[in-house]
Amino acid sequence: MNRTIVLLAALVGTTAASVAGPVAPIALSRGCPASFALEQGRCRLHTPYQDYASLAGAGVGGLKAGLPAFRDGFTPAQIDLGRYLFFDPVLSATGQVACASCHRPGHGFADPRALSVGVGGHEVRRNAPSLWNVGFLQKLFWDGRAHSLEEQVQGPLYGEREMGTTPGKLEAALNAVAAYRDLFSQAFPGTQSIQSTQVYTALAAFESTLVSLNSRYDLYAHGVHDALTTPEIEGLNVFRSFVARCGECHTPPLFTNQQIAVIGMPEPRGHALDPGAGAVTGIPGLRGGFRVPSLRNVALSAPYGHAGQFATLRETVGFYTGGRGHAVPKGEHLQLHWHIWEPHLSAAELDRLVDFLATLTDQTFLPATPTAVPSGLPPAT
Amino acid sequence: MNSKALLSAVLIALVAAGGGYLYARRTVIATATAPVESTASALSSARGKGGGATPGSLPEAGQAGGHVWVVKPEESIQAVVEKAQPGDTIQVLPGTYHQTVYIDKDNIALVGVIHGSDWPTFDGEGKRNDAVLYSGNGVRVENLHIVNYKGNAIMGQAGNNFVIRHNRISNSGVYGIFPEFAQNGLIEYNELVGIEDAAIYVGMCDNIEVAHNEVHGNVAGIEIENSRHAIVENNTAYDNAGGILTFITPGLPIKTTFDVVIRNNFVVGNNHKNFGAPGSIVSGVPSGTGIIVMAADDVIIENNFIRDNKNAGIIVADHKSFANITPDPEADPNPDRVSVLWNLFDNNGTDPIKEVRALMAANLTREGPDLVTVGGGTGSCLGAPGTLKSLNVGSWGTCARKSSADIGSYLLDQPAPARPITAADRGKLIYSSVCAGCHAYNVRMVGPPTQIIQALYAGNPQGIADYIANPTKKREDFPPMPKQDHLSPELRLAVAQYLLTVNSKPPATAPAAAPSASR
Repeated sequence: MNRTIVLLAALVGTTAASVAGPVAPIALSRGCPASFALEQGRCRLHTPYQDYASLAGAGVGGLKAGLPAFRDGFTPAQIDLGRYLFFDPVLSATGQVACASCHRPGHGFADPRALSVGVGGHEVRRNAPSLWNVGFLQKLFWDGRAHSLEEQVQGPLYGEREMGTTPGKLEAALNAVAAYRDLFSQAFPGTQSIQSTQVYTALAAFESTLVSLNSRYDLYAHGVHDALTTPEIEGLNVFRSFVARCGECHTPPLFTNQQIAVIGMPEPRGHALDPGAGAVTGIPGLRGGFRVPSLRNVALSAPYGHAGQFATLRETVGFYTGGRGHAVPKGEHLQLHWHIWEPHLSAAELDRLVDFLATLTDQTFLPATPTAVPSGLPPAT
Repeated sequence: MNSKALLSAVLIALVAAGGGYLYARRTVIATATAPVESTASALSSARGKGGGATPGSLPEAGQAGGHVWVVKPEESIQAVVEKAQPGDTIQVLPGTYHQTVYIDKDNIALVGVIHGSDWPTFDGEGKRNDAVLYSGNGVRVENLHIVNYKGNAIMGQAGNNFVIRHNRISNSGVYGIFPEFAQNGLIEYNELVGIEDAAIYVGMCDNIEVAHNEVHGNVAGIEIENSRHAIVENNTAYDNAGGILTFITPGLPIKTTFDVVIRNNFVVGNNHKNFGAPGSIVSGVPSGTGIIVMAADDVIIENNFIRDNKNAGIIVADHKSFANITPDPEADPNPDRVSVLWNLFDNNGTDPIKEVRALMAANLTREGPDLVTVGGGTGSCLGAPGTLKSLNVGSWGTCARKSSADIGSYLLDQPAPARPITAADRGKLIYSSVCAGCHAYNVRMVGPPTQIIQALYAGNPQGIADYIANPTKKREDFPPMPKQDHLSPELRLAVAQYLLTVNSKPPATAPAAAPSASR
């Protein structure tokens, strides 16, 4: 059991956030999470994939291909502080919504609800995407509009229908909690008053540690060929074949090529077409385009699609053999990605694909959910 | 028939016309009735003076000295792949195989044995996806006859240092030969027909040679896409919709194409109907086009025989001008520094598409083009301006370069590294990335604490190395440990040695993110 958590639970107890009383000093972790090693005071990722070459440094390839550039180099204290913040609803305007409310650790750090729900019970238009391996991503949000973790966290924090706060309110809420004043001064020595930018850094630090690269698939990739069953290998072969073409965009080792793709998924009933990256870039040809999501831990993160349109993986893989453009609303002329075609996959092949996707599950480094958070509010789980 | 005489005659023709090697190839192979481990030497002798040996960086027969496995029809090739070790050769005897073979290990040669005119035939019967998939490095695929697959005949993903040689491929899906994400590979002496995209498609690769292939009746013959340092030479591309293409295709994770040499090819009569799948980029290739450069940079086109392509001999285009292109703000849309040196052009542009006709009208000419440019791009040049009908090349200069003779090969002298050693201390790397997932220093996680393991194995790292290769269950209250035998014996010892040095001094305390009962 983690002694920090025990200590904190005892100290904070059931104190209400707004009246959080004086709290004795809490020690943030001085060690890095698993898979990270401390080097000159900073946590650096270690993974066997760092031993593989990556063509043009792009981090895409086959089984033994290197990873793309990664965000690491945060301190153990920043990472641990980010963990408390991630679960603490004090970050939202109402004190009811935490990052973890939609990015649920038990659901692949994604939202089991098709459309995520923010402050005041407002439904947003998209499904909160998984955060596993998010430190490798160059484009964030479904529409790819943010280019760093720090930029990304401001989206939900200040989105009116998400956490609904403002930088001023956020800083005031945190500065009102004595335990946070202490924790921020540990993570950011010299802090007199908590700054919103420090919140972004700490959340980015925590998110960067959500690394999942130790699945049974990874064992197979490293050369342990009995790590996968025969049906799973059949699924891998369908996945990488040029008939299904899954691997052309969901490219190993991250199972995303980090590009924007227009594939013409259906919208939820009654919803207008989500223009996605088309609205962000102003490029008409990207209308309806979204970031290719990583498939790491995909079996945990149902439902699927930018608006959670598909309840199961089987339904999702079925979309790709439903016919090019079959779900594009009438009157829309999307410039569909060339890999969307008519692969005519059999029912058995779709089943094998689902079998294979489950081999990408790995939560070895799932961080602990705090039993209590510094605000004293009930932590999201 | 006196095959020797024929061979000599063909060689004379080869020298005279710069081609004919396909006849030479067939003659040489037809005389081989004993099993061969590679056709490399036979083919090299047919090449004449211009040919060179395969560089030492590529896998050839006899180099590894591995075991030779022989597979007969009705037997499973995959079962043999699973038994084979790096360095082994798998010979496939003539006959028909309804199989998909995947090679996820290094240095395996899959080589057909040809008796007279009898080849080993892989028949996908229109229902199998791919004939050969590989992800290993140093893979060689030779002498296979591949028909009726849905996806690709031969597809590689991130397998470096490959050789794909002397295969006959027909009616096999979207691409015939498709290496992707690879460095250092040779594709030679293959014949491909009836492929609905590019017959030979080099996608997101570096250091590639495509030589002495015959491609016909495909939508595109040979395509070099989002790749660097590629030479396409001595090929024959005829009766495709487009002969030889080099593109930057937008929306891919590797976003450049440069240093491509297209030389000494026959690019003839590429007037086939475009039967590309709706929505595919290749379906936008105008039928009747010999060579297309789309957005690629530093391309040299030299000494090709470009004839009877009814739309145009060569098109140099940007992204905007090309149909079916998804925009990509991160890719440069313009072809820059394209050098069209001396080529032999004849009878191209007899029936151009309407966009080309519009350009002809704007330039007050009725002659269809040997070379037409559309859209942006800078720094391009002509080597021999008086020898071709060019259209819209007003911005092009005269090339300083007279030939590409200084570029012998882009293949590497040494194999592309499969595993660059990036970690200074690999024992520490494995400990941090693998062991630490279950073992913390002094608290219980999934497995027992490192401190306890240190006490048990003090001074005995080999004991740990042996145990982790094949763990036995030792403790009732812990789950069994998974085998780590994918690590080499040296790596297992290195990680064991590192594990014994891990100490308790801060900050090596229990990680904050250790799994706890509360999750």
